[in-house]
Amino acid sequence: MLFEVKNLQGPNVPPVSFALQAGEVLTVQGESGVGKSQMLRALADLSPHEGQVYLEGVEQSTIPAAKWRRQVALVPAESGWWADTVAEHFARRPDEDRWKSLRLRPSLWDAEVERLSSGERQRLAVLRALILTPRVLLLDEPTANLDHENALAMAELLLDYVERYKAAAVWISHNPEEVRGHASRWLDMTPAGGVLHGTV
Amino acid sequence: MELYNLTPFDLALTAGLVLALGVVQVLLGLGLFRTLALNSLRMVLQLLLVGVILEAVFEAATLPWIMLIAMVMMGLAGYEVVARQKRAIRGWHGYGIGLLAMSATALIVTVLALTFAIEADPWYRPQYAIPLLGMILGNTMTGIGLALNNLTQTAWRSRQEIEARLLLGHPVREATAELRSDSMRAGLIPTLNMLAAAGVISLPGMMTGQILAGVPPIEAVKYQILIMFLITAATGFGSLIAVQLGVRRLFDPRDRLRLDRLRSG
Repeated sequence: MLFEVKNLQGPNVPPVSFALQAGEVLTVQGESGVGKSQMLRALADLSPHEGQVYLEGVEQSTIPAAKWRRQVALVPAESGWWADTVAEHFARRPDEDRWKSLRLRPSLWDAEVERLSSGERQRLAVLRALILTPRVLLLDEPTANLDHENALAMAELLLDYVERYKAAAVWISHNPEEVRGHASRWLDMTPAGGVLHGTV
Repeated sequence: MELYNLTPFDLALTAGLVLALGVVQVLLGLGLFRTLALNSLRMVLQLLLVGVILEAVFEAATLPWIMLIAMVMMGLAGYEVVARQKRAIRGWHGYGIGLLAMSATALIVTVLALTFAIEADPWYRPQYAIPLLGMILGNTMTGIGLALNNLTQTAWRSRQEIEARLLLGHPVREATAELRSDSMRAGLIPTLNMLAAAGVISLPGMMTGQILAGVPPIEAVKYQILIMFLITAATGFGSLIAVQLGVRRLFDPRDRLRLDRLRSG
């Protein structure tokens, strides 16, 4: 099992358990405020929580936090940018085909973050996370600020990554259509807890 | 030379000036009269009280008494550091960080100056020890308060930026590099201004006081230089310690930014 979550819960997270194999994508649905984003934060160990999370059998708290987050990468709905230019936020320049597949202008590399649109920020935040080659992607509505065509391109890139790198993804989406055919299961978050649906 | 003693009449005369200011404010409808009067009264009472206490302490001049006074001063300064912050660290940690940073610097620097530089007999002679500690503590308190205030407020505002770096696997050290240096700078700015302005734009209070009391200007200047260096060292190291301890409290062992440990503004 690549990624296993046992009785995860926190102050703003209802109890959740699930397990993902390599190549698997789990979509997460539920009313806003039910704790979907908070669950992803707990999975990335960014907020205090109870329960256990395992990556390839190794428990979260036994790995240094920074190392865990490079392998279990959260891309939040609102990305943070701490320096002036785009390039300063990247460990290295992403491959050209990734820029192309997300339909981003290569000149954005030297652009000032202030001038980026919300859609450009969202796409660059995904590229920024992918160059760390994480084993698990935690995606908080990765297509929220994108128009239809760009949303499709984003979904394709992410699903392709999961497949090619034998990774897994937990994907909050208000539009399950975009992950259709790839996500075998979905998690319905309710105030009482997460309910798993679909084939195992 | 000797000091010309002030009479109550002299003080009443200057109080009259402040009263006149209050009257003008009332006439202009500025509504600050009450605050002005209350704060002036408070100043007079506090200073008279300190005067009485100092007279008693100078009379006694025993080490335990001076230590007690120093402890009270430190405790009040520690409280002020917390009170001046908009989003101070909750609970005893917030108070303790300010207090620890101050005692590790202001107290040590004062004792060093008393024993190695001034060499009064005995070294804790209250005429030197208490004003010296007061001056160093006052400045250190301001510096540490500003540094911690900058640290906690900026951390609160920059949550997204800091967490973005944590999410990319940056260690806390890296994710807070800018936060820490900015906070250090905030704590040192008043001291840097003081150094630049000394003698040119402002005549430092202690030097002025000594000259008024009949000390030759060059002797007063030497004392002032000593004080300036002590203040700078104490404020700089104090801010450094406060910022390091503050950052440690802002994060937990799992490198999570714990804004829940701050008071809500």
